[in-house]
Amino acid sequence: MEPIISFKDFSFQYNAQKQPTLKHIDLDIYPGEKILICGASGSGKSTLGNCINGLIPFSLNGKMEGELTVDGIKTKDSSIFELSTRVGTVLQDPDGQFVGLTVAEDIAFALENDCVVKEKMDEQILEAARKVDIEKRMKNAPYDLSGGQKQRVSMAGVIVDDVKILLFDEPLANLDPATGKTAIELIDLIKKQTDTTVIIIEHRIEDVLWEKVDRIILMDDGRIVSDSRPQDLLRSDLLSEYGIREPLYLTLLKYAGVDVNDVEGIDNIKELSLKEDDKKKIREWYDRQEKPVRVNENEYILEVENVDFSYEESEQILFDVSFRIRRGEMLAIVGKNGAGKSTMSKVICGFERAQKGKIIFEGKDITDTSIRSRASHIGYVMQNPNQMISQAMIFDEVALGIRGSGLSEEQIKEKVYETLKICGLYEFRNWPISALSFGQKKRVTIASILVMGPQIIILDEPTAGQDLRHYTEIMEFLKELNKEGKTIVLITHDMHLMLEYTDRSIVFTDGKIIADDSSSAVLCDFDLTKRASLKETSLFKVATDIGLDDPVDFVDCFIEQDRKERDDGH
Amino acid sequence: MAIKVLNYIPRKSFIHDLSGTTKLIIFLSFSFLCGLSFDTRVLLFLLMMSFLGFSLSKIKLSEIRVMSTFLIVFLIMNAILLFLFNPNYGPDLYGSRTVLFHIAGKYDMTLEQLFYQFNVSLKYVIGFPIAILFVSTTNPSEFASSLSSLGIPYKISYSVSLALRYIPDIQKDYREIAQSQEARGIALGKDVPFFERLKNSAKILLPLVLTSLNRIDDISNSMQLRSFGKHKKRTWYMRKKMTVADYSVIGLCVVIFVVGLIITNQGGNNLFNPFL
Repeated sequence: MEPIISFKDFSFQYNAQKQPTLKHIDLDIYPGEKILICGASGSGKSTLGNCINGLIPFSLNGKMEGELTVDGIKTKDSSIFELSTRVGTVLQDPDGQFVGLTVAEDIAFALENDCVVKEKMDEQILEAARKVDIEKRMKNAPYDLSGGQKQRVSMAGVIVDDVKILLFDEPLANLDPATGKTAIELIDLIKKQTDTTVIIIEHRIEDVLWEKVDRIILMDDGRIVSDSRPQDLLRSDLLSEYGIREPLYLTLLKYAGVDVNDVEGIDNIKELSLKEDDKKKIREWYDRQEKPVRVNENEYILEVENVDFSYEESEQILFDVSFRIRRGEMLAIVGKNGAGKSTMSKVICGFERAQKGKIIFEGKDITDTSIRSRASHIGYVMQNPNQMISQAMIFDEVALGIRGSGLSEEQIKEKVYETLKICGLYEFRNWPISALSFGQKKRVTIASILVMGPQIIILDEPTAGQDLRHYTEIMEFLKELNKEGKTIVLITHDMHLMLEYTDRSIVFTDGKIIADDSSSAVLCDFDLTKRASLKETSLFKVATDIGLDDPVDFVDCFIEQDRKERDDGH
Repeated sequence: MAIKVLNYIPRKSFIHDLSGTTKLIIFLSFSFLCGLSFDTRVLLFLLMMSFLGFSLSKIKLSEIRVMSTFLIVFLIMNAILLFLFNPNYGPDLYGSRTVLFHIAGKYDMTLEQLFYQFNVSLKYVIGFPIAILFVSTTNPSEFASSLSSLGIPYKISYSVSLALRYIPDIQKDYREIAQSQEARGIALGKDVPFFERLKNSAKILLPLVLTSLNRIDDISNSMQLRSFGKHKKRTWYMRKKMTVADYSVIGLCVVIFVVGLIITNQGGNNLFNPFL
């Protein structure tokens, strides 16, 4: 069979870069295949995707060498338009790619550009909408839909063109776990219905493997380091070697000393079947573990009492919310988009005023204090560092929050330097911020909050869109801050983060708290995870498979060993 | 959520039902006539029509509060400055000088100047509801198609409509950025002196521009990948079919425009001069 996509000794270098981003790629993809391309940030996986859909070289310029053929045409001699009728691309952030004001209009976009007359459009739009099951929402604004529905709309917007290849660029990056799971199922469904070739670019392997893929291409530093069947890749140690998180159940099997070469269904948790022998090994591992006891009996540092909130004249967002946080805790606030997590933290920081209820900090009622005065107790770090950074130089950015508070220039300098040291940014103190990486920028924003001396730091999705290395870097830093005594509140829907770094999770759904329990207990509760748009952890499945009554303890033991391994690795 | 300044307000009304092209024609013909004419009778008639249009649209005054406040402030500033810079423009224009009272130095309050400034303000007051009407009753997607129906290249009309579409998003970004800056002492509240507020707002600009640039990048990639710009022309899914109401309104516009111009140019210039 002729490959539908074929890279032959292909290299690419962006005009702004000194080094090529893709180096001597040889890769054939055949019609009807489902391929996962993974790799850490900067490995070149997104660049590879952009070469296939034509953004390279037609929108992002650079130097191309070697040959790339897509569906029989050499991309060099083609155009982005010719390629776009063959390759449909679903980009990372559904919100960012809607052009239409209604679902129907957005799906119609490609047809409009192809000069299809209005009368013929309706039929084609409806057909595409039916394939992704969104035909009941045609008149809605895409922004009013849930995360999963948005994903459906953006998929409909590309399949309406009858493309042969579907390319998904990090489809899971902005989705909560449950929505991510449905997205993966939907991709599988579309593939079966339309018989297209599917390419998924993603570093969250465990989530993609929820539905089977034919091949995994692992990239590192612009090269393909592995091109193999999923089961072969998982059995090797290549994933961790190249900074990709392996599925949790796989890590567990390795801890328990199970020989993963013998395990059947290793590439799909639904098909994982353990032999009696292996089950015994896992049970023995579990018996060897000491059940971790983690208690925090410090006094309460923050108390939220019966808070109601709504924006002017619109629907109520928070309903009678109450919870308490102890000094020195590191906890997660979880729940699906729009459940009220971010709003709650804005109320805590005084950005928004609650209509009812109290916020108590260190025993004092601060409900009516100003944003500014609250900022010296409670700091808020936004998800996107670009939204916070307003200065050109690192020093000025960090100093901003303590200027005008009556300190002398000498005192300011001292405080800023001290903070920069804690954050590992001291050597960069005279650098412009634009020279920093995303992770370093994140640190600058944390430093700029830290300098004001807050006891509590609330972070909105601190690790969103980060690969394993950057994720670990940011989280280990926060853990250090936590050890120094700061109370850390993480708004997240990253289940790994919940398990690995937080002991407690507060779960929001529709503006109410539906659970406040240990993170492992939350992620082992089938009903709860469903309501909060989370996903139960694959460890839970293993625990049930080997017949344990208390999966929560089992998960806790795993986390304990995992944390130890990570600390040893440092 | 965010303070709404200028955006589409969906509603069921006669004006909303008109096609975007019609509304664009109303907007353009009124703006032109209003800009050309200094004839108070024509202006008063246009004022009446524009208020009529506004009431037909069922847009509430409270929904455009921010813009109205802005207009009033602007009118007052404009009137004061006009007077300060050239207190004798009115008398020169109308060729007579009726002093009401003396103020100071070369500044006299004259009837002619008052009348001139009244006419200038009238123009703004007419233009305002018409512009608001156009933006808030035209679905932004239809907006692009109406611009292109008048012969403007669709790439340009689409970017205009996208820019309008993103106003609410940018307002939301602005609000979030402002809050986080305020927590770091960059105050923007009502109790902060005006100039400091202005200076502080400028600090929000950098993060706002950066986030907006990211948005633009995403959207333009997504549009290109869905063949935007492939042909010289494109079709429009949202284009409204022209109805009898559309044609009648356009007809009425043409009549008003022509008659308005004739009346305006009656005396050889565009003035209506009650002082003759």
